[in-house]
Amino acid sequence: MPGPDMAIAAERKRVAQPTGSWVARTLDNPGVLAFLFMLPAATLLLVFLTYPLGLGIWLGFTDTKIGRSGVFIGLENYESLFQDSMFWLAVSNTVLYTVFATIGKFALGLWLALLLNNHLPAKALIRSIILVPWIVPTVLSALAFWWIYDPQFSIISWALTEMGLIDHYIDFLGTPNNARASLIAANIWRGIPFVAICLLAGLQTISPSLYEAAALDGATSWQRFRHITLPMLMPILAVVMTFSILFTFTDFQLIYAITRGGPAGTTHLMATLAFQRAIPGGQLGEGAAIAVAMIPFLLFATLFSYFALARRKWQQGGSDD
Amino acid sequence: MTGFTRRDTLKIGAGALAGTTLLGYRPAFGEVMAADVPAPKFQVEKGAELRVLRPAKFVQGDETLFLQNTERFTQTTGVKVRVDNESWEDLRPKTAVAANIGSGPDVVLAWNDDPHQYPDKLLDLTEVAEYLGKKYGGWYPIAERYGKGTDGKWIAMPIGASGGAIVYRKSWINQAGYETVPTDIDNFLKLAQNLKKNNHPMGFALGNAQGDGNTWTHWLIWAHGGAMVDEKNKVIIDSPQTVAALEYGKQLYENFIPGTMSWLDPSNNKAFLAGEVGLTANGISVYYSAKNSTDAAIKAMAEDIYHAPFPIGPVGKPTEAGLLINTMVFKHTKYPNAAKEYVRFIFEKEQYEPWQKASIGYWSHPLAAYSGNPIWTEDPKHAAYAEVMKNMLWYGYQGSLGYASAATLADFIINNMVSQVCSGRSTPKEAAAEAQRRAERYYRT
Repeated sequence: MPGPDMAIAAERKRVAQPTGSWVARTLDNPGVLAFLFMLPAATLLLVFLTYPLGLGIWLGFTDTKIGRSGVFIGLENYESLFQDSMFWLAVSNTVLYTVFATIGKFALGLWLALLLNNHLPAKALIRSIILVPWIVPTVLSALAFWWIYDPQFSIISWALTEMGLIDHYIDFLGTPNNARASLIAANIWRGIPFVAICLLAGLQTISPSLYEAAALDGATSWQRFRHITLPMLMPILAVVMTFSILFTFTDFQLIYAITRGGPAGTTHLMATLAFQRAIPGGQLGEGAAIAVAMIPFLLFATLFSYFALARRKWQQGGSDD
Repeated sequence: MTGFTRRDTLKIGAGALAGTTLLGYRPAFGEVMAADVPAPKFQVEKGAELRVLRPAKFVQGDETLFLQNTERFTQTTGVKVRVDNESWEDLRPKTAVAANIGSGPDVVLAWNDDPHQYPDKLLDLTEVAEYLGKKYGGWYPIAERYGKGTDGKWIAMPIGASGGAIVYRKSWINQAGYETVPTDIDNFLKLAQNLKKNNHPMGFALGNAQGDGNTWTHWLIWAHGGAMVDEKNKVIIDSPQTVAALEYGKQLYENFIPGTMSWLDPSNNKAFLAGEVGLTANGISVYYSAKNSTDAAIKAMAEDIYHAPFPIGPVGKPTEAGLLINTMVFKHTKYPNAAKEYVRFIFEKEQYEPWQKASIGYWSHPLAAYSGNPIWTEDPKHAAYAEVMKNMLWYGYQGSLGYASAATLADFIINNMVSQVCSGRSTPKEAAAEAQRRAERYYRT
């Protein structure tokens, strides 16, 4: 075993390093090294995230058209959008779509997670099957829904007619409210697995001893859910909800494949309207402005999830205040 | 069933020809007549190579023959050509990017008015266009409008347009008391009512359907004398003519099959082939899928499928719309002569005629002589698509082509105006005023 002198000598030797070239010396500087290690990730972020985002924001302040670079026009795009009823319709649709779809996804997803958390035969298999709607490419499931909602060939209408419950086919996508509800239903169907599986993971981290203790104290199942499951699940619920809101708010594929924003633009979300104006319409500046207008909503939704649902004390294991 | 069956019609071939003439089509001679005009001499650059961008096939023959023609060009001139088929929705942005950055494809078969969005990036094709015009009986006026820039020079040459004619089940039209589809709008409305009574209603797309939705709603407005803008690009959609068109449209809609509010482009094809509707508007594809179907029942339906032009409204002339492809060459090409030679080559009879035939008439011609292509007479049912480009108006009618017309179309302003009224959510006056506001955002100076 080395004595204290030897240990001190070894320490000195280490401190005296490096004696090599300036490159070696520079690389030995923890600050420089950390910077170098972060550089690849930072480059990726800059090139693929910051630059496109920055470009999008810049385009929103210009009158760029497809095939023609624009000039800076300040807030003109936003002023024009402010007076555009179609834009406001898209905003309200997006908010409505996000709120209802998120509520639906979380109510059903949590329920499903609770069911799956019980001991079931062939548990792993069932859990894998549950994920199918999430795994199937959105465009495929959207096409399936397009047929399910078809005014002439809908299987739902057909089944209800055969059962004698209705005498004419339901116009799922033909009136604004029907179309909105149908799209929300399709989005909920698609989103449930993500929520359910994430929450299931959260549920499994809750110690069974808490439930045992509660059971001994005579807590009802609702009380166990309200006072154990929900608070323990809250941190993960917040994260999952944030993601879910972001995904729903920026949804594009379902709407584009099923209604293209119709009838008469009443199911346009901000994302589909931005695309319609920017790419087929050629108004890149205006499309970018619509896309940028989504950012405040997204920030708000994210902040809401974090601050309202995931108060820090919970996350750090403290008690609710 | 009364009237002719297709077989009867074929038996009296000459009679069929006379019939099409009566319907207002140009008489077809079954042969493309080309005048003896010397071709411009383009000295193809040594080692030239070309890249061509075109919309992906809608019918297989379109692509097969286009590639064969290109191959033949390579054999004749030694110029290597690469053809990229781009999906319909991506064609516009890709073309625009090429125009912006000055590289990429040399020749593009672009949509409608795309060349008018970057005229200064395009090679002058006047020499080729004038030669082709002289040789093949002249360009239709619509081709000149889409092809010529503001200075009268040809910046692009329309190669074809796909139109939506009325597609109908003859036996059901006969049952509704009509021998064929009436040419006036009053009788057309009566036909709609009768068809509905007989449970074989008509149906036109009212969802955001780029092809079928735009075609018929533009016809409706134009037929009544309405237009988005005047010749000076002043927005005039909020007019008594538009209101009259919308009132008529609403009456027509009341006799549609339920559910057309959400119809996208494929919906009417599906409903028609399933026997749900007796009449709709479409390209020739419905007839062809029936004719070539492996399902005996659907194949039998082809016998009963006929085509007719859209009825003529109070303006007294055809007011049809169509989707057009416009051939253009970018200035950034390293081989302008090879590109011009290529463009000339694909428009020549030896290439164009078989291409049009293989496209089963899906693309209708811009040059008058191609009315003589046998494709238009070998099956009388093709005739309704023969003169799409002779009769069609341009999107953005009566104004000029460019950013505003493209954006207005892409934003479905006319389409939405019609569907708002049909669904009863707006009165014709409110919808016209709303469309005026929306269009003015694009046409502001």
